[in-house]
Amino acid sequence: MSSIPATDLASDAEQRSRIDARHDRWFRWLLMFCALLVLATLLGAALSTLWGGREVLFKDGFRFLTSDAWNPVTDDYGALAPIFGTLVTSLIALLLAVPVSFGIALFLTEIAPAWLRSPVATAIELLASIPSIIYGMWGLFVFVPFMASIEPALSDTLGKLPLVGKLFQGPPLGLGLLTAGIVLAVMILPFICSVMREVFQTVPVRLKESSYALGSTTWEVVWDIVLPYTRSAVIGGVFLGLGRALGETMAVTFVLGNAYSISSSLLMPGTSISSSIANEFNEAVGTHRSALIALGFLLFVVTFVVLLIARLMLRQLARREGN
Amino acid sequence: MAASVYVRRRAINVIALGLSAFATALGLVFLAWILWMTLKSGLAAITPRLFTKITAYGAEGGLANAIAGSLIMDLMALLICAPIGVLAGTFLAEYANRTKLGATIRFLNDILLSAPSIVLGLFVYVIVVLPMSNFTHGQVSFSGFAGAVALALIGLPVIVRTTDEMLQLVPGTLREATLSLGVPQWKMTVQVLMRAATSGIVTGVLLALARLAGETAPLLFTAFGNNFMTVHPMDKMASLPVAIYQYTNDPSPALHTIAWAGALLITLFVLVLSLLTRMLFSRHKVRYD
Amino acid sequence: MLTSPRFMFRLGAFTAIAAACSFGAMSAAATDITGAGSSFVYPVISKWSASYAEKTGNRVNYQSIGSGGGIAQIKAGTVDFGASDIPLDEATLDKFGMGQFPDVIGGIVPAFNVPGVAAGKLVLDGPTLAAIFLGNISTWNDPAIAALNPGLKLPSTKITVVHRSDGSGTTFNFSDYLSKVSADWKSKVGEGSAINWPTGIGGKGNEGVAAYIRQIPNSIGYVEYAYALQNHIGYAVMKNAAGKVVEPKTSTFQAAADTADWAHAKNFNLLMTNAPGADAWPITATSWVIMYKQPKNATNGKVTFDFFKWAYANGQEQARSLDYVPLPPSLVTQIENYWKTEFKQ
Repeated sequence: MSSIPATDLASDAEQRSRIDARHDRWFRWLLMFCALLVLATLLGAALSTLWGGREVLFKDGFRFLTSDAWNPVTDDYGALAPIFGTLVTSLIALLLAVPVSFGIALFLTEIAPAWLRSPVATAIELLASIPSIIYGMWGLFVFVPFMASIEPALSDTLGKLPLVGKLFQGPPLGLGLLTAGIVLAVMILPFICSVMREVFQTVPVRLKESSYALGSTTWEVVWDIVLPYTRSAVIGGVFLGLGRALGETMAVTFVLGNAYSISSSLLMPGTSISSSIANEFNEAVGTHRSALIALGFLLFVVTFVVLLIARLMLRQLARREGN
Repeated sequence: MAASVYVRRRAINVIALGLSAFATALGLVFLAWILWMTLKSGLAAITPRLFTKITAYGAEGGLANAIAGSLIMDLMALLICAPIGVLAGTFLAEYANRTKLGATIRFLNDILLSAPSIVLGLFVYVIVVLPMSNFTHGQVSFSGFAGAVALALIGLPVIVRTTDEMLQLVPGTLREATLSLGVPQWKMTVQVLMRAATSGIVTGVLLALARLAGETAPLLFTAFGNNFMTVHPMDKMASLPVAIYQYTNDPSPALHTIAWAGALLITLFVLVLSLLTRMLFSRHKVRYD
Repeated sequence: MLTSPRFMFRLGAFTAIAAACSFGAMSAAATDITGAGSSFVYPVISKWSASYAEKTGNRVNYQSIGSGGGIAQIKAGTVDFGASDIPLDEATLDKFGMGQFPDVIGGIVPAFNVPGVAAGKLVLDGPTLAAIFLGNISTWNDPAIAALNPGLKLPSTKITVVHRSDGSGTTFNFSDYLSKVSADWKSKVGEGSAINWPTGIGGKGNEGVAAYIRQIPNSIGYVEYAYALQNHIGYAVMKNAAGKVVEPKTSTFQAAADTADWAHAKNFNLLMTNAPGADAWPITATSWVIMYKQPKNATNGKVTFDFFKWAYANGQEQARSLDYVPLPPSLVTQIENYWKTEFKQ
């Protein structure tokens, strides 16, 4: 009774490892299925826009990409102005939001006293939960007049500079690419910041303490230890923000000025892919509707290209660092 | 010489830390600015009526049906996208980290992040609303369920991305230690890795909630909206973002006030849910020391 | 019944949906009908539907997803009626076996913000308005504007044009009016719910346009009359087709509806812009309810008719309280005849 034959033990262990292996397989399949679901969603959504926009995409072909005309009356459509606006506003948003998010994450993980961290972090995350239409209304009623009041100063100072001066010239209407970029920056800031803060906390204290023990300043610890350790995740957070910036509709629509034009000044009105869709989709019929869905497909393409470029740049960076 | 290097390093440190404090202040100023305006514009509509009357009565009504609809659809959406997203993210981080398939899915997930929400709404319209309408001969077409699916598609990539990143940050030593005890991989993943990354995964789910709770465009073609009270997931369902969207363009200033109050409610809803979730999961906070 | 276990079992993946149907059928003692489309009529139809629900228990759920959306949904058969700011042509209606009729009247007004010029004091006519929106008239003291406003002191500042950026029936009617009064506009721009604007900035919705007009001095745009009135936005008065200067108000909108030639417009396919009447406001608009002549669901079809009949008879006061104008009695009679002949109702 008390002694178990050795063969039983062995077969018991064998059986257990068989069961474990089976469970592992099932688990793996379950995970893979979920991951493939993500794949299917993207492909499904992208293909459905390709199908919905086929009338314009295949009729106009390349001209749809290179023309800046947008005339629903004569059904003449070109996507250049929306693509331009999307890229410019997202770029402005990233340029502003990434450093600010980094600053906030740094403050919350290294500088702020413990009692302050949680409330401030929650407050910053609250920025993410404000509905985008509210960003739009706030932009329209509050931020546009504010920008209108400081834009003359911008034109007088930055506008006088060589090279970049052109970017800051124009009538002080308050709306336009710059305003949209700033509103977008505020919107994506909590996404980037939350991820940064979360990953900064995962850096082993041992690492940081070793660095401090060598006499590093806080800034040096963050820049030379924390950031390299979490780089991949930080970039993931930036992509999270970039994704939102590229696809954001409501907020941008209210402050962008919605003009199908390509202008060298950031103070001039423009349009973006998603705001064009949001603006005109509800009333559009026929070819117009098809053109808007084709724009949706183009956003997939634009995102694809932007992410590809970002990835190649990162690889280049990694190579230079010798990783 | 050595002293000057020291001074320079100190100076850089002070400047950098000062800028970071400034950045935080900037973020808080924007939050306060936006919340203050929302509060100021919507305060007049924060009355018991807002929670008891439905949108059918317009300016004399409230948002009861929209609140109920948003609660139902947001939670349903989370129930759909949180498990799928966490599992898919786990697959990317633990099973397909260096594979071609993993890289492809990760890349496509990033694209999905920026898909305009209106496009996802149209996609759900095609794969859920139309088939359902045909299947039930028009009895059920638009539904709260379809709305939840559309919202889930918006939250999904956020959760996948964060879960993936957070799991990758769990030190490899933890995996090796667990596996060496003879623990099967699935058990290690669920009971050790996911637990170690709980705080990060929860952050991802909350970010997803924050993002989907304010979406209007995908709901128009899926949940449609309803001026009357309904809690059945297969009915056409009202939601706060759609109500806000319709009220802001309405001529009536009274409705504009209600719209602001509705916006405040969405923000508070996400805030309360985040606080509750964080309280629930705070004991899971793990430090890798 | 519908919830029998075998039925549920057989449906497999659709169990939840089936259960939903059965619950839905049980909870709905009265009929629920669904409409979608134009945002222009949303305030009126929702108000009507609340009163109608109190009266009959039948619930009309109308959502403003836009005219294009309304047309697409009625074609797909997912709603019981659509509402569009742009009438459908005969070929489309016949192809789908649908009919259409107007529901309520509203006006569109030019709104402006010129320091020193009070609301209602600025007089404009069609050709001048078209020239401003074309960018041909670019300053406020242009001779064309001055000629219409003797005695009014106009500044020499540049005009900023503000238009709707979202597709809308408001833009459709406004651009249709400009096409009727200006050959230049017709050939260069044309009419549509979204058009290729020669100049200016776009604001989203009435609120976007109104906000920009308020914020930007020396600007001009156009908004729905009800919006301008309830939000105190300064509007201009217009010289109409008969050469008379009229103010936007109920009587001038109704005059436009009265003098429009409905009798000769098949399927009510007629726009009231630039109406000939002496007192007619030149930019008057309506929207159309679109329905199947043989609805898939006969009960819902009946209730929909009953709703609009009720609204024409009892909803006038409510329409007025929202600053819309009820259809004139002559037009209601024509619609009722149309129902009899086309819908067999």
